[in-house]
Amino acid sequence: MITHYGYIDGSGEYFISIDSDKCNSCRKCVEQCPQQALELVTEFIDLEDKTVAAVTEEHRKKIRYTCAQCKPQENRTPCVLACQEGAITCVWKPA
Amino acid sequence: MTEKPADTKEYWRWQEYHRVVPGKTWSDKNLITAGVDVGSVGSKAVIMIDGEVYAWAVTRTGSNSPDSAIKVMGMVLDGTGLQQSDIKYTVGTGYGRVNVPMANKAITEIACHAKGANYIWGSSVRTILDVGGQDIKAIHCDETGRVTSFLMNDKCAAGTGRGMEVFADLLKIPIEDMGKVSLSIEEEPEPVSCTCVAFAKTEAIGLLRKGWTREKVIAAYTRAMAIRMANLVNRVGLEKEFVVTGGQSKNMGIVNRVENVLSVKTLPSPNWREGGLDPMIAGALGAALLARALYLKAQGS
Amino acid sequence: MITAGIDMGIQTVKVVILKDGVAAGKAKAFSGFEPTKAAEQAFAQALQLANVKKEEVSMVLATGSGMDMAPYSAGNVSMMGADAKAGVFLFPSARTVIDVGAEEARAVKCDERGIMQDFVVNERCAAGAGTFIEAMARALEVKLEDMGPLSLKAERASPINATCVIFGESDVVSLIHRQESKPEIARAVFDSMADRISSMVHRLGINPDVVLVGGVAKDVGFIESLKRKLGISVLVPEDPEYAGALGAALTAASRKKGASK
Repeated sequence: MITHYGYIDGSGEYFISIDSDKCNSCRKCVEQCPQQALELVTEFIDLEDKTVAAVTEEHRKKIRYTCAQCKPQENRTPCVLACQEGAITCVWKPA
Repeated sequence: MTEKPADTKEYWRWQEYHRVVPGKTWSDKNLITAGVDVGSVGSKAVIMIDGEVYAWAVTRTGSNSPDSAIKVMGMVLDGTGLQQSDIKYTVGTGYGRVNVPMANKAITEIACHAKGANYIWGSSVRTILDVGGQDIKAIHCDETGRVTSFLMNDKCAAGTGRGMEVFADLLKIPIEDMGKVSLSIEEEPEPVSCTCVAFAKTEAIGLLRKGWTREKVIAAYTRAMAIRMANLVNRVGLEKEFVVTGGQSKNMGIVNRVENVLSVKTLPSPNWREGGLDPMIAGALGAALLARALYLKAQGS
Repeated sequence: MITAGIDMGIQTVKVVILKDGVAAGKAKAFSGFEPTKAAEQAFAQALQLANVKKEEVSMVLATGSGMDMAPYSAGNVSMMGADAKAGVFLFPSARTVIDVGAEEARAVKCDERGIMQDFVVNERCAAGAGTFIEAMARALEVKLEDMGPLSLKAERASPINATCVIFGESDVVSLIHRQESKPEIARAVFDSMADRISSMVHRLGINPDVVLVGGVAKDVGFIESLKRKLGISVLVPEDPEYAGALGAALTAASRKKGASK
């Protein structure tokens, strides 16, 4: 399951999308994020509790500002590059 | 999570009621499960017998989540002959899910909503747009109602019931009529250029000064809101069949324009007054289904 | 030499008359629905204050989002360019200029000559600019000019939905009903604004000295919150809302000087 953390507002579209099917909770993305915007959480998926990466509550509604310094327009942010499973994607579309 | 204040606005008039499906019986041999969905505006409960809907109830959420859960549970049991102790497994969901005292487990509303939509509209549903008073959710699921992709947007008011209310206040039109009025124009105008409700409001005032009618202004605003909702749907991936749920699903101006922008028709919503299932109970219904799945899993079936 | 700059802001038009390198006259007016007229009024007023006749002004340049509607203007100056020019003029050590206006906020990186090198903008979302503070003040039933001093009384910020003007307004109304403290709500408003602005500036990389201009720069509450979030001091000029118009007038003076060589 892909969870898209972020938002669309007047200024554009900004998301960090994490695929819980691919995430193996290795923590590499959590460690690489310079803003400490990622964490491991327990989610109830397919009748089981699974530990996966997620964007912290604090950053979900200001992801545009959080990710701005990592050059997100190229989808080569530290978190994306750190993930060996291709579980994390960055969407950055200013209006 | 903080409690919602008692003066939370309602964006559509809520009908408090409960229903028992006629002609159904139950015994100890049946697996009876329940789902309780405590939302920020409404609380709903569903009882199922072996995974089939038996009864449901809808009420307004008060200022206290546990009390709302207890109240709606009492309502749904009424007329069924069941007691709380007959229910083998209960799942709590919604905004107040951690405060459902009788729940065996709390599950996020996304999973429950998709399962419930799958039950209500059938296994052909793949994309759900849930437009509430204060948030918008876009969900993509598979044929079993399992969520494959989802997003929840509560950062920006554009498209939410609250955003609509701002315009209803500005143009002095009752919110229930906003959809109808927006569709009463002869020619669809260009959407307002501002997605931001605060800026759109200023833009609208300018348009009114230029001589635009209220109908035309609402049409332009509703179109801009529909475009934003369509963008949210496209983010999770649009696939037929497509349904719109939540308070704003009653705004035909929104629904028509979302259909238009996405070039897809939505499945019509059943009408509980005519014996159908109320889409409002999708979350609680899904919760009751997941309750059954969890119970069976625990039993080793 | 006398030049003038007109900043056609969405909410307010500002005019600066620059006389031999000194801002001799400043005036502003609400843009309303006839911004050109408002600009003409402000221009006349500024001339009077500067004791200058219109014919004596050798060049007028315009800036601001409504710059194409400016009267008397010989051309446009980008808002970023105007900010950079004004920043360095007011504080020669300025290398980062933050301009927070009613509907838009931006940060500009510049060199010692006031030439803009890089910039970043917050636009199209009311939560990113002064509109946010105005709306929250209305919801709190506090005068805009009282918001700052009020917020300084608070030790902490209330948890409010500060990512959207519309949601924020509802939140504030509910909090007031529950008798949450107004200073703490006011502080939350400024803290969240400062958070957004400082994130925006970090994208550029903070190069001291940092200058803050624009209408919102007049607010002590915002300045305090911004200093806290940035972790460094900011320089704020007098009449910070005139920075854009000043920058346009300075650019006009440079162009005139350059042309006469």
